[in-house]
Amino acid sequence: MQPRDLVFYSPWRNFWRSYRANHLALIALYVLAGLSMIVVLTPLISPHGPHRVGVGEPFASPSFEFIMGTDKLGRDVFSRVLWGARVSLFVGFAAATASTFFGVIIGTISGFLGGRVDDMLMRVTELFQVIPRFFLALLLVSLFGANIWNIIIAIGILSWPVTARLVRSEFLSLKKRQFVDAAKMQGASSVAIILIEILPNASGVIIVNSTLMVAQAMLLEAGLSYLGMGDPSTVSWGLMLYQAQSSLMRAWWIALFPGLGIFLSVLALNLVGDGLNDVLNPRAQDVKEMVL
Amino acid sequence: MSNSKPFTFYLVRRVLQFIPLIFWVIAINFVIIHLAPGDPVQYLTGELEATVEFQETMRKEFGLDKPLITQLGIYFGKVLRGDFGYSIRYQEPVLRLILSRLPATFLLIGTALLLATTFGTFFGAFFARRATIGENAVTLLSLAGYSMPIFFLGQLLLIVFSFKCGWFPAQGMMSLRVRETGLWAMLDVLRHLVLPAITYATYHLALIFRLTRSKMLETLSQDFIITARAKGLDRRTILFRHALRNAILPVVTLLGVNMGFMLAGSVLTETVFAWPGMGRLMYECIMARDYPVLMGLFIFVSMMVAVGNLLSDIFYALIDPRITY
Repeated sequence: MQPRDLVFYSPWRNFWRSYRANHLALIALYVLAGLSMIVVLTPLISPHGPHRVGVGEPFASPSFEFIMGTDKLGRDVFSRVLWGARVSLFVGFAAATASTFFGVIIGTISGFLGGRVDDMLMRVTELFQVIPRFFLALLLVSLFGANIWNIIIAIGILSWPVTARLVRSEFLSLKKRQFVDAAKMQGASSVAIILIEILPNASGVIIVNSTLMVAQAMLLEAGLSYLGMGDPSTVSWGLMLYQAQSSLMRAWWIALFPGLGIFLSVLALNLVGDGLNDVLNPRAQDVKEMVL
Repeated sequence: MSNSKPFTFYLVRRVLQFIPLIFWVIAINFVIIHLAPGDPVQYLTGELEATVEFQETMRKEFGLDKPLITQLGIYFGKVLRGDFGYSIRYQEPVLRLILSRLPATFLLIGTALLLATTFGTFFGAFFARRATIGENAVTLLSLAGYSMPIFFLGQLLLIVFSFKCGWFPAQGMMSLRVRETGLWAMLDVLRHLVLPAITYATYHLALIFRLTRSKMLETLSQDFIITARAKGLDRRTILFRHALRNAILPVVTLLGVNMGFMLAGSVLTETVFAWPGMGRLMYECIMARDYPVLMGLFIFVSMMVAVGNLLSDIFYALIDPRITY
């Protein structure tokens, strides 16, 4: 991508052209788009409701009638996978949104104010690095009850420190740049400086981080559900894996399809995050030519 | 080290930082016990029917009728003396229970970490070239490695290699039917170890692979590589003797961190394979609502993670001559 190619288009189009060059990331984006469409269209395309029991023989292997087979209560696995997509993706996005929101706010405060506030907040993030995240989530959910919102809150509480650290370090480096000094000389207030000068420049990092965070949140939720701490009133992919564990030997299809769902979604999210990272945050020195 | 005095200062400083961390972990534990819904007594005794007299004894012992600060002090005193409480389910002091499960987990983690580090760095170094054809495949594979939920991978391996092929046993650490000793016992354990270790190693292998590869690419673009090439050294020597040493620095220092991380995350793998370690203990106690053990585990695992971080930091300070303390 020669610099002169980029000069004549708007920033949005430039972004899209650069992103498009990464084939893997492009495919992943389409996968995510397809997934979103499936999630939206689930009520229309799902052959059965998610809790409908006894539509077929229990433990029926995949066939034309039940493309993904049935589970131990005779429920259609395909329908449950479709409905489960909603829950798994929703929890992932909600938790990532919450943790990004708080992470950005706290990171901003910490980076901008510096001094004692910064110190204290950094101690807190260090503490969170030491505490076993998954275990804490498990503990919180088992103590306060296993429903969707508790899970979202638990995951959110655990994930914000990473975002906060990232935002803070971006702030620390951006604070010293010249455009901040120029804004100050023009008499801009602190809030204005933060919102107009610094945050837009940090947004690349924030966006990439939150994309990766959705992937992580999905894995966390799946793990919690797998250990039995999922919300039993809804279907999620992790919950399906939990239910599949006991009958793994004779009904592999109950585990395979939801697991693939999680795997592909997380993979797509990671690829998109990687692609975004390459476009939004290019490294200063890129390996142009190598002697070896 | 030419001047070891700053290093000792650094060492002391890091160890001293460790202490408030533990303090906060214990405090958080305490807060959770009291924030959770219900009577704090059950978190200290476990939920199996405790008689009223026992509950009263517990109440007095933990000073639950006294002000919170006093309770915190009492709790601290107990923990620091190694009294983590008593497990109702297992009828054992909590600390002893945890320590008894530790060797199994360390076996699993150690093996997995070993696999992940050796193969991760080797392949990371090997694939450190900008071949456009393979680059997509390499990226895809490495991302796939850490996008896969660990327990799903475990289930897949179980289905394929244990149920369908019958090569490896499905659960546990040792065969129940035959009591073997000595060498046969060790081989039996190894046979049980294969699937769980591979499952757990995959995630970290992918991460270490990515890290090594990107570090190698960075290192290989530096001038001293050109010098080495000009000297006439062949590719393998440059790669493994000169470049790798620099690139491997983050991986080696992260060993401590990774160990702590793996310790905390062992629940999932151990549950899939019914491996009798600490993670499985966590799972069993969550199911049984055996809170004293859970609280004890929380403190214990946090401490181990903190120690791992500490060791990593110290090791890093030791082997990287560039940094100043």
